[in-house]
Amino acid sequence: MPQRDHLTVTVQRGGPDAPMRPQTFEVPAYDNQTVLDVVSWIQQNADPTLTYRFACRVGMCGSCAMMVNGVPRWTCRTHVNKVLDGNAIEVGPLRNLPVIKDLAADMDPFFDKWVTAEGRHHPTRTRQEEIAPVDPQAEERQAASAGIECINCSVCYSACDTVAGNPDYLGPAALQRAWTLYNDAKDADRDAILDAVSGKGGCHSCHSMGSCTAYCPNELDPLSAIAGLKRATAKRFFGGRK
Amino acid sequence: MSEFHLYMAQRLSALVMAPFVIVHIGVMIYAIQGGLSAAEILGRTQGSAFWFAFYGLFVVAVSIHAAVGLRTILGEWAGLRGGARDAVSAVIGLGLLALGAQAVWAVTA
Repeated sequence: MPQRDHLTVTVQRGGPDAPMRPQTFEVPAYDNQTVLDVVSWIQQNADPTLTYRFACRVGMCGSCAMMVNGVPRWTCRTHVNKVLDGNAIEVGPLRNLPVIKDLAADMDPFFDKWVTAEGRHHPTRTRQEEIAPVDPQAEERQAASAGIECINCSVCYSACDTVAGNPDYLGPAALQRAWTLYNDAKDADRDAILDAVSGKGGCHSCHSMGSCTAYCPNELDPLSAIAGLKRATAKRFFGGRK
Repeated sequence: MSEFHLYMAQRLSALVMAPFVIVHIGVMIYAIQGGLSAAEILGRTQGSAFWFAFYGLFVVAVSIHAAVGLRTILGEWAGLRGGARDAVSAVIGLGLLALGAQAVWAVTA
């Protein structure tokens, strides 16, 4: 790989009060450098007013997702050399969400939809009772476990063209969360989950394009989770119970 | 009608259409061997309860399937929302039903 001194980094600036406009910075190039490192260098050395969001820097917290060369990515785990276009990178706020300022997207619609999709635990027991054992080998537990490593980064939500065309659509992350709870032996209200994902913008709005699964940085498979919800609702329609 | 019921209506109408499409195309290929004439088609369909039921159900399934599918496209591509989207889709569905029913009646009555 040829040695570079500098990278040309274009950052989208703006927000609700100012239209988005690109601003270009020359950033020193290093052998090992993530996109988040580059954005932090700009904020610390070139323009302290640049707004962005991060926390853990190790791919666990889901705070730092941005559009990098038009693709949603977790920037703290995205090596610059993997995404360079010539000698340039373009960084913008996540797609499909309102912009607070510069690279910080407003995550409220994303998390509100988790609640709308009934993405909360419905307990089967009180805290006074014994903890129910869970069989890790059970088929439904395997289905639930496949989706629980979601870090809420909203990369799938930004990648989803159905969200782009249908603002009511709950999106892959919220529906995958609903699917993990539906398969949780300790969840007491599966009908409430199926009702929540059968409404306006529910799982039936999904066109199975699969961008969620293609772009998920944790290599989860929301596409299959949503297909599972469609099957479960159809089964219930015909009177079947799982 | 809820989103879920529209979804089921579209999937079930697709299920109904699948064998109809195969028989429709199969008969077409069989019927044009040795030329195609209006008299030959009408000879097969006129007064036939089977072809009336076959194409009658086909038209009903098409009207449901197309109207539900176009309703989604009108929302996502044309930006129509709420009642306007439902009304346009219903007009399309009823229009397809009227045109199709007229055609079925014309060749089977």
